[in-house]
Amino acid sequence: MKPNTPLERLFNGIVKENPTLVIVLGMCPTLAVTTSAMNGIGMGLSTTVVLALSNLFISLLRKVIPDEIRIPSFIVIIASFVTIVDMLMEGFTPDLYASLGIYIPLIVVNCIIFGRAEAYAYKNGPVSSFFDGIGMGLGFTMSITVIGFIRELIGAGSIFGHPIGNLSEFTPSIFVMAPGAFMVLAVLITIRTAIINNIEAKRGVRLPVTHTDESGAECSACAFRSNCAGKFQSVEAAQKEANDK
Amino acid sequence: MSNTSLISILLMAMLINNVVLSQFLGICPFLGVSKKVETATGMGAAVVFVITLASVICGIIYTFILHPLNLDYLNTIVFILVIASLVQFVEMFLKKSIPSLYKALGVYLPLITTNCAVLGAVLLNVQNGYNVIQGIVNGFATSVGFAVSIVILAGLREKMQYNRIPKAVQGFPFTMFTASLMAIAFCGFSGLK
Repeated sequence: MKPNTPLERLFNGIVKENPTLVIVLGMCPTLAVTTSAMNGIGMGLSTTVVLALSNLFISLLRKVIPDEIRIPSFIVIIASFVTIVDMLMEGFTPDLYASLGIYIPLIVVNCIIFGRAEAYAYKNGPVSSFFDGIGMGLGFTMSITVIGFIRELIGAGSIFGHPIGNLSEFTPSIFVMAPGAFMVLAVLITIRTAIINNIEAKRGVRLPVTHTDESGAECSACAFRSNCAGKFQSVEAAQKEANDK
Repeated sequence: MSNTSLISILLMAMLINNVVLSQFLGICPFLGVSKKVETATGMGAAVVFVITLASVICGIIYTFILHPLNLDYLNTIVFILVIASLVQFVEMFLKKSIPSLYKALGVYLPLITTNCAVLGAVLLNVQNGYNVIQGIVNGFATSVGFAVSIVILAGLREKMQYNRIPKAVQGFPFTMFTASLMAIAFCGFSGLK
């Protein structure tokens, strides 16, 4: 597929660089709101809207924003869209708004949005940036809906809020509580890694999704990754750079 | 809610509603900077410092400027900007006046801007209707809860470094399993209520 076309961007966000399962960004909402599939969809779609619009605006303004103050500018643009989404949800979907609670304003600090602004929208044209945002957002929506679906089914015995028979009498409610969130995501990522390892062993190549630094640590476990925005420097290098400044 | 005693706020925020293990705020640094106890302690200390300061400043701004002027809808934008500039100021201040502390916390400070625990703590103060003093206590307790859990996780990871782990589970998933067991342990604190 030709790079930077709308279709390629959508595919990239949903499959190739799926933010939750491949790059492992935006863990806080992924773990917190996935107690049910409906919550997952709501959170995912509101993030998608913010992501697409902020990508579009940052890309339109990329020649105007000076390099030195780009980070505060990104924050203001993202925070404005989050406030708009917050008010719209309070007005039109009050039930969802109540169950997502504090995590709606916290979309501001979701590393996916910031990461895409820095790594893609600031360097590319508005159309492909917009579709990059939609692709990433839909990838995020799909994976957190799947996690929500699994947790709801195992933990509360229902699908999209509809209980299945009297299944809920037998389900361990720990899966809708905090520990279950960590466990379900750990299992999903283990499966993802196992599949990738398998493909790599068969083809004898390393796939780009298993980014590692020199010491072999995976990028997904690094707190600096939203700052390095795809440059994949090691933690020591980032530390050194910060000290030199 | 606004006349909850300070001790109960302290216990609630620190143990029962632990910021990482039951509210899932600040997961990124929790998983990313918890390889060694030493760095985890540094991160924990920086977070305690910033969250406490942020709850003081944001509490004052909210109570005396935003709320009286009916500008509540600007909360998110104002708070995130306050936090971002606060982190910058703290960094500059420490660099000039307390270089030893800067050396210990320096790397972690810029990371804290995108740490959702800071914004989360400040927004929770507003949502729960805490006054400035209650907000400061809540912010302090939240950040201590964060520091405690990140140091515990780092201790566990240091011990488990030499274990034999299946290849697919290595790294991120293994840390998540550890966190899951810790969360189960922290569920026990809900009996304190």
